[in-house]
Amino acid sequence: MNDLVSVVDWSRAQFALTAMYHWLFVPLTLGLGVIIGIMETIYYRSGDERWKRMTKFWMTLFGINFAIGVATGIILEFQFGTNWSNYSWFVGDIFGAPLAIEGIMAFFMESTFIAIMFFGWNKVSKGMHLAATWLTTLGATISALWILVANAWMQYPAGMKFNPDTVRNEMYSFADVVLSPVAINKFFHTVSAGWVFGAIFVVSISAWYLLKNRERFMAVKSMKIASWVGLVGMVVVAYTGDGSAYQVAEKQPMKLAAMEGVYHGENRQGLVAFGILNPEKKSYTDNVDPFLFEIKIPGLLSVLATRHIDGFVPGINDIIEGGYEVKGADGKKVKVPSAQDRIASGKLAIAALSDYKTAQKAGDKAAMEEAGKRLEKHYPDFGYGYVTDMEQLVPYVPFVFYSFHIMITLAFFFIALFLLILTYISKDKLDKAKWVLWIALLSLPLGYICLESGWVVAEMGRQPWVIQDIMPTFAAISRIQTSAVQTTFWMFAVLFTVLLVAEVGIMLKQIKKGPVQK
Amino acid sequence: MELNEFFYQHYWWFVISLLGALLVFLLFVQGGQTLLTTIAKKPIEKTMLINSLGRKWEFTFTTLVVFGGAFFASFPLFYSTSFGGAYWLWMAILFSFIIQAVSYEYRSRKGNLLGTKSYDVFLLINGVVGIILLGVAVGTFFSGADFKVDKTNLMDISRPVISTWENPYHGLEAIADWRNLLLGVTVFFLARVQASLYFMNNIADETIFKRARRQVLVNAIPFVVLFLAFVGVTLTADGYELNPANGEIFMREYKYFFNLIEMPWVAVMFVVGVVLVLYAIIRAVFSKAWIFGIWYSGIGTVLVVLSLFFLAGYNNTPYYPSAVDLQSSLTIYNSSSSLFTLEVMSVVSFLVPVVLAYIFYAWRAMDKKPITEQEMESGEHTY
Repeated sequence: MNDLVSVVDWSRAQFALTAMYHWLFVPLTLGLGVIIGIMETIYYRSGDERWKRMTKFWMTLFGINFAIGVATGIILEFQFGTNWSNYSWFVGDIFGAPLAIEGIMAFFMESTFIAIMFFGWNKVSKGMHLAATWLTTLGATISALWILVANAWMQYPAGMKFNPDTVRNEMYSFADVVLSPVAINKFFHTVSAGWVFGAIFVVSISAWYLLKNRERFMAVKSMKIASWVGLVGMVVVAYTGDGSAYQVAEKQPMKLAAMEGVYHGENRQGLVAFGILNPEKKSYTDNVDPFLFEIKIPGLLSVLATRHIDGFVPGINDIIEGGYEVKGADGKKVKVPSAQDRIASGKLAIAALSDYKTAQKAGDKAAMEEAGKRLEKHYPDFGYGYVTDMEQLVPYVPFVFYSFHIMITLAFFFIALFLLILTYISKDKLDKAKWVLWIALLSLPLGYICLESGWVVAEMGRQPWVIQDIMPTFAAISRIQTSAVQTTFWMFAVLFTVLLVAEVGIMLKQIKKGPVQK
Repeated sequence: MELNEFFYQHYWWFVISLLGALLVFLLFVQGGQTLLTTIAKKPIEKTMLINSLGRKWEFTFTTLVVFGGAFFASFPLFYSTSFGGAYWLWMAILFSFIIQAVSYEYRSRKGNLLGTKSYDVFLLINGVVGIILLGVAVGTFFSGADFKVDKTNLMDISRPVISTWENPYHGLEAIADWRNLLLGVTVFFLARVQASLYFMNNIADETIFKRARRQVLVNAIPFVVLFLAFVGVTLTADGYELNPANGEIFMREYKYFFNLIEMPWVAVMFVVGVVLVLYAIIRAVFSKAWIFGIWYSGIGTVLVVLSLFFLAGYNNTPYYPSAVDLQSSLTIYNSSSSLFTLEVMSVVSFLVPVVLAYIFYAWRAMDKKPITEQEMESGEHTY
């Protein structure tokens, strides 16, 4: 059992490591791709060589980032097989499809047109080149769509049914998987976050040129386009972020409780605007106050989560103990069962599956049918059957809480930054406003922190579920030695870090060198 | 006529086989990576080779990723059994491709931390290790692996994993198996032959052409010998067979040989493919200015690999035989996705011709003029 725990932990660590590395590069591809597309469109329409030069400069940085994005991406797909093999069988019937479609629809598009984008300037027409640039970005965006469909499905499984004959979940509605509200929301939230990040990247580097008194035309124009892209992105981020909070409240209440550090929920629940968690709080069972310090906006969390100021937002303890009421699928109020009840129900589901298989072997149709019915009744709690300790059901609150609050705070900061830059550009005083330029320059690491925080909220907040309520991490892994996963973890850690340092080194040299001379 | 599960399982094995075959063809990129210092003697020559490969590497890489994704979607039990079991084999393959992905873009850039040489070594590692180990992995379709599948494990809360690997080496043993290595090394030399043919087509430079032409011969000899050995070993080996009436799997002597006899159309494909590859090699060696060898050998390779995949998976053959538990062996029937998923995916697979069309269009636009010294020195984007 201990070995199982450590394999799970190391497999999770490896997934987090590789996904978080990959996530450093993907948003820039999404965002910078749009910005480059706009720049090249302006070049296409105006024929002004300065815009071509600008496009090419940002495109070079795009390429450097793209390469490491590809390198860190391949492992993510195969990792489901190598380290999460049980998961791969249990839900492969649903989860595999988006990954395959991503490859067919998106990856070929990206890899075909990126070659034209870089090498085609003198080989294809201007219009064709512009199309290739946009198609590369479109390919990256379609890729994001499918992977987020897959991710959303894990957080909110839909369109599938468990088949006891094959012992796996099988898809019955592709539309339910693809058009799930969680998938749509996640897609727009993530892609628009990419636009915002692309904007921060461009703004930051352009600010450096202005501070150095170089490339004034390129820097100001780039900052202007980027700030608009960033602002539009922020509107979508905010709108979908709000939608996301509402969905999480409904479908993953434990995640929301962890995001806000709520242990005992109430009506008119406030939103923590700023808070410091009490490190003495070790478990939901102790009576330690979770906060050392907090500033709350009264009732706001209730509004966000339930759309009513008086709405009840359950805390961690409420979710474990159950007994509060929520709106059921038919609109009527239903009482939420306790975690203890759900664990018992999950065990009944597993036992029913076991009975089904025994009856199947014996060829006893009647017993199979009876066990099948029991299984179906308890299946919504199937994953709880693997839970051995209540603490397993509670995500690690400090990570989730702080990540959530850092993300939100930075989002507000970015809106202010883009507005500030646009104001100074409209007054034509941006190069004089050194302090604005410095803030813009230093915002780049904040952008990265914001992105990674978002990942932590979404992925650590849903622990222990790889598939919400149906499969916990500890039932999803491969049966391999802990030492094997430890070894590959460190291999990835070293390799990706080396590649990252190389990437940053190349970027810095390239930025210092600037665009090609006229 | 309503298409049933049986049809879709065969259709998806065809798609997987096609992706695998295209992947083997596209491994000419990796083959080329192992020939850089053999064919290029001057820096500008190396630059031409690298740039010639550098505009194609992403297709090989993408095909590998799509091959994985499509396998996951259509035969998830293979994905969970082989990837989770032969852990080290797959991890080694992945590492060799991760280091490739940055190498073209970073090798000649200032500030790249490791220096050009390191990235060229990465390309060499990817070329050698990537190809041979992919060959080893495909070799296990014929030689089998030590795994068991027991779906009732899911009900064992403390050890719920359904696919288990029955040796502690987790894929290293597959690398040590000479039959798998035989296939791996065969593919390695094939990729080098194809790379040479590709350079002859893609680069307008007399010296490179001459040296590449010589490499066609140098690599074709071991390739042909090893290939014949692999075919001989496979066609004389015993294999597993599924009894479709009761779902049981049993041993059958000369299984793959009989597959060839019982599926004559596969035999025809196989022979046509072999002839095309040989024709490309022989004509390239004997004719002084013929540059179209890559097309003939490419199509030939695709046909041969397709027919090998068909031998491995059709005609009631378990494509992933278990050496420790006959009945755990994976067939296209017991490892596939549900009918519904296969149907959905089949609709998506109709996009493949569209994808092929734009790839073809893009390649033609880019390769209209072969790579020249002048282009490399023109100051446009180069690796």
